[in-house]
Amino acid sequence: MAARGRLILPVVYAHMATLSPAADKTRPARSGLSLTQRRTIIGYIFIAPFILGVVCWVLLPAGVAGWLSFQEWDLITPPVSAGLRNFQHLIADPRFWQALKVTTTYTLISVPLGLVLALGIALLMNTKVRGIRAFRTIYYIPSIVPSVANAVLWAWIFNTDFGLLNTLLRMVGIPKVQWLVDPRWAMPAVILMSLWNVGRSMVIFLAGLQGIPQEYYEAADIDGAGRAAKLWSIAIPLLSPVIFFNLIIGIIDSFQVFTVGYLLTDGGPQNATLFYVLHLYRTAFRDLEMGYAAALAWVLFFIILGLTLLVVRYLGARVYYEEPR
Amino acid sequence: MATVRLSQTLPSGKSTRNGAWRTLVWVALMIGAVLFLLPFVWMISSSLKQEQQVFQYPPQLIPSPVMLSNYVESLTYKPFAEYVRNTLIIVVLNEFAILLAASFCAYGFARLQFPGRDFWFGVVLATMMIPYFVTMIPQFVLFTRLGWIDTYLPLTVPFFFGGGGFNIFLLRQFFKGIPSELADAARVDGCNEFGIYWRIMMPLAKPALTTVGIFTFLAAWNDFIGPLLYIKSPDLFTVSIGLATFRSIMRTRWDLLMAASTAMVVPVVALFFAAQRYFVQGAAISGLKG
Repeated sequence: MAARGRLILPVVYAHMATLSPAADKTRPARSGLSLTQRRTIIGYIFIAPFILGVVCWVLLPAGVAGWLSFQEWDLITPPVSAGLRNFQHLIADPRFWQALKVTTTYTLISVPLGLVLALGIALLMNTKVRGIRAFRTIYYIPSIVPSVANAVLWAWIFNTDFGLLNTLLRMVGIPKVQWLVDPRWAMPAVILMSLWNVGRSMVIFLAGLQGIPQEYYEAADIDGAGRAAKLWSIAIPLLSPVIFFNLIIGIIDSFQVFTVGYLLTDGGPQNATLFYVLHLYRTAFRDLEMGYAAALAWVLFFIILGLTLLVVRYLGARVYYEEPR
Repeated sequence: MATVRLSQTLPSGKSTRNGAWRTLVWVALMIGAVLFLLPFVWMISSSLKQEQQVFQYPPQLIPSPVMLSNYVESLTYKPFAEYVRNTLIIVVLNEFAILLAASFCAYGFARLQFPGRDFWFGVVLATMMIPYFVTMIPQFVLFTRLGWIDTYLPLTVPFFFGGGGFNIFLLRQFFKGIPSELADAARVDGCNEFGIYWRIMMPLAKPALTTVGIFTFLAAWNDFIGPLLYIKSPDLFTVSIGLATFRSIMRTRWDLLMAASTAMVVPVVALFFAAQRYFVQGAAISGLKG
């Protein structure tokens, strides 16, 4: 990392370091605690804020959510035990299945598409082409645009009569598409919009590609390997841990898409973009069904956990980890 | 001269093919770049048009007259200056909390040896995988009980507890890369772990702290669901909530909506240009060491 290169350590420090265990022994034990005990206490003091945080903001809430999922509660009157009713409600609720279908469709299309696009751009940029910094900037910046500004901007881009997309289509003679009005087009629109944000994974891919030692390519050159062979036999295998990482992050993120549904499409038309967490939010804060919403939250947790484990199980074995050099 | 230059640029047939390949790649990247820039061009262009001009076909790329007044009108229609101030209060509190708490915990994970450390670091990684929406409802209930609704406490206090798994992770990776000789020397001089953390590690960790600081700014500036849940009074609104409210009022005033959106994007883009290398570093660390 950056600082390591800049650090020039005087030899004397290295020499003194060898003395440090001895120095520890000669120091009188202050409170009768052994060195290990003291180390343990100091260690736990350092990580105490995190442990407290996990208990207060994660474990306790998760536990409460578990309990709430067996209650009926509108935030105002006291909670009433509901047994398994929330989960029965969930299975019978068409909106739950619609939300699941919408989110799964979105994940299955936008995540692989985004990964391929990000990897493609990164591969093109890794060819020592002129203006790489400018390109990196242009492709990356959309991914840091605030989600609210993003939603407002794309609402205007998708506008049926005067939006950017339909204007461009009109210029080449294609009739208007009712992007956010037609239930068949709302999902493609949202997926298209998500592709504008591939810059983050692209930068991660590019960093990974630049970390591949040049000698590998040179060796392949000597063997007479072409571009495709170098891509499939060097770049992709060596990059597979990064692809794997981006895939898992992509799945987790795409199951939590909220702002687009809330601000851009309002879940519509005809629930065509009723994302899972939008349904969860509405259940909790519009319908005030806290127990049912907690059940939805727990189901979401297990869906994401299950999907992650599935990916780890079936793709994890195909990831190539280099021997540490 | 001319022949010399020729032989330099075209030493062999292979190189010519490489040159053609490179031009092709460059053209592809250029087309992509234009497509990626188009939404921004559209946003800025619309933000400078007259109310009726945005509905013209074919659209004018460079509007005339240039309506800079749209920015004044949209940013004063709702008190956006106040929203910016409110957001910056949250940003400053979060920076303070995260830079302190995350580096403190990261030091423990990176440089100290004690039983249970690796287990708790596993917990750090696990918290990065837990979706926000799973704990959202009980957290809301908890903050309601504490009487924290309509204050900035729910948006800031949790960060004092460890500062988030990702930040701990990122700083730990950095601390691990610092040679131990320096700390050992300080230990010989009688410096305790807290002194080493504060006086040796923190100054050395400036690049990593800057990266964390930048992502903290982005997270707070861009956050929507947090303020949506917890902020009710208009005089406490953040920029996100302000813009979302503005959108629901100005249904078809795309000139003003685009001006307000542009204004919200500008600080983020400016930050990127000011600190490009930290953005790229952060992305690289988060991706490669996972």
